[in-house]
Amino acid sequence: MSILINRNTRLLVQGITGNEGLFHTTQMAAYGTNVVAGVTPGKGGEWVLDGKIPVFDTVKTAVETTGANTSVIFVPARFAADAILEAADAGVGLIVCITEGVPVQDMMRVRTYIDQKKVRLVGPNCPGMLTPGECKVGIIPNNIAVPGNIGIVSRSGTLTYEVLYALRAAGKGASTCVGIGGDPVNGTNFIDVLDMFESDPRTEQVVMIGEIGGSDEERAADFISSKMTKPVVGFIAGQSAPAGKRMGHAGAIIEGSSGQAEGKIRALEGAGVRVARHPEEIPSLLR
Amino acid sequence: MKLHEYQSKQIFAKYGVSIPRGRVVTTAGEVKHLAEELGNRVVIKAQVLVGGRGKAGGIRLAKTAKEAEELATHILGMELKGLPVRKILVDEAVSITKEIYLGITNDRTARKPVIMASSAGGVDIEEVAARTPEKIVKVHIDPLLGLREYQARDLALAIDLPRNLWRSFSDVAAGLWNAYVACDATLAEINPLVITNEQRLLALDGKMVVDDNALPRHPELNEMRDMDVEDEAEVEARKYGLSYISLDGEIGCMVNGAGLAMATMDIIKLSGGEPANFLDIGGGASAEKVAAALRIILADSKVKAVLFNIFGGITRCDEVARGILTALKEVNTQVPMVVRLVGTNAEEGRRLLAEANMATAETLLEAAQKAVAIAKGA
Repeated sequence: MSILINRNTRLLVQGITGNEGLFHTTQMAAYGTNVVAGVTPGKGGEWVLDGKIPVFDTVKTAVETTGANTSVIFVPARFAADAILEAADAGVGLIVCITEGVPVQDMMRVRTYIDQKKVRLVGPNCPGMLTPGECKVGIIPNNIAVPGNIGIVSRSGTLTYEVLYALRAAGKGASTCVGIGGDPVNGTNFIDVLDMFESDPRTEQVVMIGEIGGSDEERAADFISSKMTKPVVGFIAGQSAPAGKRMGHAGAIIEGSSGQAEGKIRALEGAGVRVARHPEEIPSLLR
Repeated sequence: MKLHEYQSKQIFAKYGVSIPRGRVVTTAGEVKHLAEELGNRVVIKAQVLVGGRGKAGGIRLAKTAKEAEELATHILGMELKGLPVRKILVDEAVSITKEIYLGITNDRTARKPVIMASSAGGVDIEEVAARTPEKIVKVHIDPLLGLREYQARDLALAIDLPRNLWRSFSDVAAGLWNAYVACDATLAEINPLVITNEQRLLALDGKMVVDDNALPRHPELNEMRDMDVEDEAEVEARKYGLSYISLDGEIGCMVNGAGLAMATMDIIKLSGGEPANFLDIGGGASAEKVAAALRIILADSKVKAVLFNIFGGITRCDEVARGILTALKEVNTQVPMVVRLVGTNAEEGRRLLAEANMATAETLLEAAQKAVAIAKGA
């Protein structure tokens, strides 16, 4: 078992003929992900990956023809909101948006719309997901994680790779790794993923990687203390970040006294989470 | 990106919000003429992107055109919180019976815009928010439906606005909402929105912050950028698509990915040093980009050591190594460096850098400790 993605994932790639889309489709297919279709408006009828994957003009025809149940989005930021809505309207149940730089008002409208449907969005501005040994949706490097019992949820990209790498070096594996993204308004938050890990039989413990900005970590701490039985290890990036400056991610900013690392660490520790001082300390805090 | 008061108010006016008669000028002579044109009693307002301009002496009332000229001369020579005053907004002075607060911002937690109003508007609104938050009324707006008229009326009622002003208050709120949406703002604020002696609503001050992610589709707003508030190195970095923020420490760092860059800064601090910057070179950075990044780091004279922490995924470690070597050929530097390369093509990257005589590290902690030790020894 795992969460969100597994061997039954039938993946559709929006923006498959672009540089990034094509590169990562190749990587995902090499990992063993079942990539069944691609979409690029105006390029319907073409094939990619040596004729193995058909390209469609619309998500709707791609879904009808191939039975895709998950979509990953690599289109430029100005087209991203539209791509998410198109996938949602075509009945795709799980949408993963890798694209960085989507305007926040776009995301507020998109989120309000898709909340009325049975759709889960992960991202935007995220590295996607990985269920080691089964399926990869997104851009997490192929060789850095092995199957195991640790669920990982993170707002960051390369920092997550660093943690997966440290876990593997310590002989520990992951059930599923979910990058929820670094934007202020996204599709899936910590609590959504923690809840899924709590009910997933394979996941026995959880690593949660947060950062400065917003109050998602504080609310996750409330959830952990009231609802979770599985042990959680945490890390918060940005303890040395100054206030009022956006640290790369659109959502990583301390505004006034809100969003500071200290408060998040205190909230997590208060909920019984063991918080690592640096990423490489995480494996030693796990069981 | 923050907009100036005069820019924000002009945008609000475009969407139907009444603002005082006035103009922005750059010389005391122009201020005098404008004061004469506006009827002598004017408010002179320094256009600088800092809070608390009034308390710092950047906003003054002049009763005559001559006084306006004198005050303008004084204000144009001032610096407010380190920023020079280059532009002055001259507004007609109005007689006020009440000051209201009205603002729209993004509520991250609710994932919706929120409109806020208070009968206690004016310079102390932040104190009001901290001490008596119940005096600020909030209503969430459905981003698909927009601000509804009944919601504006609810606000008017909640802040005890006289009934004869409800209609015009709804119009102001609608105008502010439309400006917020049209400009992809993350904040659109009128403080104070005043009731004049003639029972009109007037936006005396205005503030807007535009979503940086939306600037590509608003070139007209991007042109309003005030370079005085921009850090030179940060502007240079942006040209290369690098995300860079200057800090006060002595250890320069170059990292791929924002979260990892923050974690690298944190571990430097944990190891007893202070980071000189935040720098994310992004995914798949080319040698040119890496070289530019290193030049920017080394241009900071406070930097006593540089730490490279590259976790290769899409980013190739050999490409990063080539960029480092390119930059080192151009910049003659004695600053010691510590390199940690992990992931895609890391071995090739390390081989390339072997001849550059840099310290290397296997783990992030080791890299940080080495950089701190070297910086202290230097």
